[in-house]
Amino acid sequence: MRIRRLVTLLVGVNVLLIAIGWIVVPPPTTKPGSGLRVGLVFDIGGKNDKSFNEAAYRGLERARTELGVDVTYIEPSEGADRESALRTLAARGLDLVIGVGFIFGPDLEHLAAKFPAVKFAGIDYSPSEGVGTIANLAGLRFREHEGSFVVGAIAGMLTRTRTVGFVGGMKIPLIRKFEAGYEAGVLHTCPTCRVVSAYAGTEPKAFADPSLGEELAAAQYGQGADLIFHAAGNTGDGVFAAARERGLRAIGVDSDQYDNAPCCVVTSMVKAVDVAVVDIIKDVAAKRFRPGIHELGLAERGVGFIADERNRDLLPLEVVEQARVIAAQIVAGAIQVPDR
Amino acid sequence: MRREVATVGIALLAALAIGSALILVAGRSPGHVWFAMLARTLGDPYLFGQILYKATGLALTGLAVALALDAGLFNIGAEGQLTAGVLACAVVGQALPAGTPAILAIPACTLAAALAGAAIGVTIGALRVTRGAHEVITSIMLNAIVVGVALWIGNAVLFRGGATRGGAIVAGAELPPLGLAGSAANASIVIAALCVGGMWWLRARTTWGAAWRAVGRDPAAARSVGIGVGRVQILAMLGSGALAGLAATNFVLGHKHAFEEGLGRGTGLLGISAALLGRLHPLGVALAAILLGFLSVGGLAVNDLVPKELTEMLQGVVLLSVAVAVPWVRRRWAQ
Repeated sequence: MRIRRLVTLLVGVNVLLIAIGWIVVPPPTTKPGSGLRVGLVFDIGGKNDKSFNEAAYRGLERARTELGVDVTYIEPSEGADRESALRTLAARGLDLVIGVGFIFGPDLEHLAAKFPAVKFAGIDYSPSEGVGTIANLAGLRFREHEGSFVVGAIAGMLTRTRTVGFVGGMKIPLIRKFEAGYEAGVLHTCPTCRVVSAYAGTEPKAFADPSLGEELAAAQYGQGADLIFHAAGNTGDGVFAAARERGLRAIGVDSDQYDNAPCCVVTSMVKAVDVAVVDIIKDVAAKRFRPGIHELGLAERGVGFIADERNRDLLPLEVVEQARVIAAQIVAGAIQVPDR
Repeated sequence: MRREVATVGIALLAALAIGSALILVAGRSPGHVWFAMLARTLGDPYLFGQILYKATGLALTGLAVALALDAGLFNIGAEGQLTAGVLACAVVGQALPAGTPAILAIPACTLAAALAGAAIGVTIGALRVTRGAHEVITSIMLNAIVVGVALWIGNAVLFRGGATRGGAIVAGAELPPLGLAGSAANASIVIAALCVGGMWWLRARTTWGAAWRAVGRDPAAARSVGIGVGRVQILAMLGSGALAGLAATNFVLGHKHAFEEGLGRGTGLLGISAALLGRLHPLGVALAAILLGFLSVGGLAVNDLVPKELTEMLQGVVLLSVAVAVPWVRRRWAQ
């Protein structure tokens, strides 16, 4: 009866592995914290996407180590699990549940009404049609158009062909904010320049299609663009690939994307998602949670651009200085940046 | 029968061991993770409901794959048949006049879903029988075609505003939720249960079942005893497609109440796993669907302990273990 022997063996292996786990791995310690419990649900891409989600994760980790809050998170693998994930955390009675990405909007509104004792926050949240302020829901938004204006101004100063490109992900008002600010920024420093634009699609997967991104970028470089700004999530990897191949330049988005193509990434328009996450957690901890939309722009350091020793060769100091002046003018209100 | 149970039991034990090893590598205690997975899903009515919701869809697509495979055809196309069902179900539900009573609306939408799936299934069966086109190739191609056509129709006529969601079905067509803390589990679980029972009866108690299983075992032998092999295969694909299409009731009538791009996506492909893990037996398929649903929801529940990639791998490990265990046990069973 070799079958019986195998079953005995398998049971033995299982018991052994579980026993090893019990002995070797220390039980999860519950550190004495502030007692605040925070949960976060990532968008498709997950916490290690080197971009938007990862920035949120950094914020969550900082809140854990610096503020001592109890954190937990879920990475849904498909769209249908998003609501499920938010609800799971809300049902555990956490103090704050954060959804990372505009796509959580309707789910957050729905659940905020169902769980009035839980506070909700949505990164890039914009209210659905006809929905007003909900008492336990905060939307953390960025004035991406301001940051995009500054990198657009940089692009206008750097282009030699007087043509620059823009590659967007999903065609939605949020991404249009990037495009509008960028376009205005380019024309601010180079009124005779041309901006060629393209979007990867009209569904969420437009943010996750690098090969399409490469095609779009190749077409724009082919039309004479020598610099492309992308606001397309993972699709942007294709833009960097096209830039690398031709030795032409690109501008990153959300996080510092220099590492994606050190040859070519002039700068990145960064969104301080981590700062927003830490701030909302601090607000809840201090019992000064404010519902409604919180907007973070250049003035609040919610958006900005990267200028450090790594990209110095690609981004001359005088251009950086000019860009800082323009940023200051936006903060002061001397420059009005369009957002659509 | 006892052999099948032993096979799956051995495979699950092996999968559990591999899963434990992976969890150890990830730096966690396997006992702790397994316990958390059980306690959090079964202890929470909402997550328990989510398991039932996933299992309902999977049981139907699993039965679809099992029926075809029983008749010797590998229907990879449950995904496309389900998508066709989702589209037809939602379009009919939306087109019905407001105020249509449930007694008319629900059967109409259910029938639309089954017919749409059956139409795709019968196409695959007919191509196989009359033209000799291999069903794996045609069903994979039809998956891509149906998903593309559904999205195109959605974009052209159904989707409203910027959303990838069509108009709502009439209220009468909505299947009531099971009420598990607002989870998506709904009355379509009754449809799934009826199909499991019906399949069991057809397969074990009727000459129909005997005929399609004979065709599956050895078409030449079946032909020699006077079974119309081609006819049986076409009918099996018709039934298979209808079952996959019926899974749409879970997603459209029971949960989303509209056509949405990507609704039910993956359920058709995972149905293949449910069929193989359930060893083609209707009851086995139902249990396999519950297990796969548990793994997917349980993965979410312990996401703070282990990365999601690990729990996704676990579904593959389970299936691989079954594939390895089947010939191993078969060779040694008689000894």
